[in-house]
Amino acid sequence: MSAGANPYDVAIVGAGPAGLGAAAITAGAGLTTLLLDENPTPGGQIYRAVTTTPLKERSILGGDYWAGAALVAEAQASGAEIVGGATVWSLDASRELAASWAGTSRFIKARRVILATGALERPFPIPGWTLPGVMTAGALQTLLKSSGLVPDGRLVLAGTGPLLWLFAAQLLRAGARIEALLDTTPWANYLRALPHVPAFAISRYAAQGLALRREVARQVEVVSGVTRLRAEGQGGLASVAFAARSGERRLMADVLALHQGVVPNVNLAMAAGIAHRWQPAQLCWVPVLDAAGNTSIDGIAIAGDGTGIGGALAAEAQGRLAGLAAVAAVAPERLARVPDRQLLAQALARAERGRALLDQLFAPPRWSRLPEGDTIVCRCEEVTAGQLLEAVGIGAMGPNQAKAFLRCGMGPCQGRLCGLTVTELISKARGVAPAEVGYFRLRPPVKPITLAELAAMAHTQRAVAAVVRE
Amino acid sequence: MLRRLLEEGQRVRLTIDGKPVTACVGDSVAAAMLSCGLRYCRTTPISGEKRAPYCMMGVCFECLVTIDGINNRQGCLIEVREGMRIDTQLGRRTVE
Ligand code: FES
Repeated sequence: MSAGANPYDVAIVGAGPAGLGAAAITAGAGLTTLLLDENPTPGGQIYRAVTTTPLKERSILGGDYWAGAALVAEAQASGAEIVGGATVWSLDASRELAASWAGTSRFIKARRVILATGALERPFPIPGWTLPGVMTAGALQTLLKSSGLVPDGRLVLAGTGPLLWLFAAQLLRAGARIEALLDTTPWANYLRALPHVPAFAISRYAAQGLALRREVARQVEVVSGVTRLRAEGQGGLASVAFAARSGERRLMADVLALHQGVVPNVNLAMAAGIAHRWQPAQLCWVPVLDAAGNTSIDGIAIAGDGTGIGGALAAEAQGRLAGLAAVAAVAPERLARVPDRQLLAQALARAERGRALLDQLFAPPRWSRLPEGDTIVCRCEEVTAGQLLEAVGIGAMGPNQAKAFLRCGMGPCQGRLCGLTVTELISKARGVAPAEVGYFRLRPPVKPITLAELAAMAHTQRAVAAVVRE
Repeated sequence: MLRRLLEEGQRVRLTIDGKPVTACVGDSVAAAMLSCGLRYCRTTPISGEKRAPYCMMGVCFECLVTIDGINNRQGCLIEVREGMRIDTQLGRRTVE
């Protein structure tokens, strides 16, 4: 497929709830809109494979999942050009994107860019987290949604956060068996969450969350207050060890699903040079946005979980608002054709209600964010917490020095699975705030591409002259 | 490591390390490998440790495999096709 209308009025990266919502608005208003997503089918992670899943029995994945089908249909009907299997590997301040699909890379220009790159699961660096058999809960959920696959053998779930409980319930409804759910939510979190109970109680999350917990606890052993979690085995997972009130325990396991919340996927935005700040309540980096949702770069907006975690409904509302802003900037005369801003803002406020409680209650404990000794921090380059701290001791003041000392964060994942751990470990070792430690300096390409693909791109004469002799 | 809830999906034939297997239309390469009983898909270039798909959403790069002769492909982002040749990837990549 070619990029038909290049340059576009609007280019959107990510076809999850935010990207789909944005595309529905901009394309619906008649703006040429390109929506790119790395996955083969639209939906993002939350509505993953909603158009293709083999699990037609709706009760398994639940109503919130199936609600995504209408959103996908709306975006598809809007006239937006939706391209799956497309990896965006560069974006610059002039709003030029580089994207690869069907084996070819091309540059795409747009008058407005909306990044809707969503979230990824927070690193969960415990001993043994690199063993085959250990996956994120989100990964196993993806396998369930897109292929109807469930773990075979003894399955243990561990961690904290709403997704862990939702996934447990989905597995049980699908007829899978779970040996135990190890809840790592610290007791202290319950106290910290108390002040937020009134707002939470009237949110849609309250009744739903409690019902999920009851559904799971009826059928699975739930161990609360779990600490010292380890995955054990030689060349593959054999057992899961942990400490609980009752003392040290060990469970034989074939699959361990880990999850401790999600964090913004910042790589493309940071590589584009968009300013970010440390968000202490969610323990992650978020883009600096003005009141209208604009980033530090003119014409590039970010919507959805990439701005801070708010969930699917908030993401969709943010996406639509970003779409509206794009229409206002590119073709204000078409504003009559789009929904009322006020209504969207209200939907967003409703969706965000109760979030403060979730942030407090499910804040991951220090022990599972700050590994020690031989525990691997950087999975790609196999750098341990001990090595990182040693490097800090001899002068690695921040993540970028850690790269130079240890190659930490320089593997193919480009820090996605270690960046937050590295920032927080250095922050703790130096006794300074994460904001002062900073993050990896990210550069395009944010995803690896082959040299052949790069060489085959259309180049300007100046670019060719810069490298070709004679 | 994984089992299928439904067996009726349309099948495609492929090979994993030369062995003929089947997967379902819509499976990612990583999903196909895990459903065929493979525990790992590569060994690391540093220590040779075994690794398996971890995130299934394109961010961890643990699912790197060789597909139709091209190495370092992200198995979780690529759908299976009839006749695809998938190979586990051992240690460092080579340049031909
Ligand atoms: S499994 Fe993580 S990138 Fe494929």
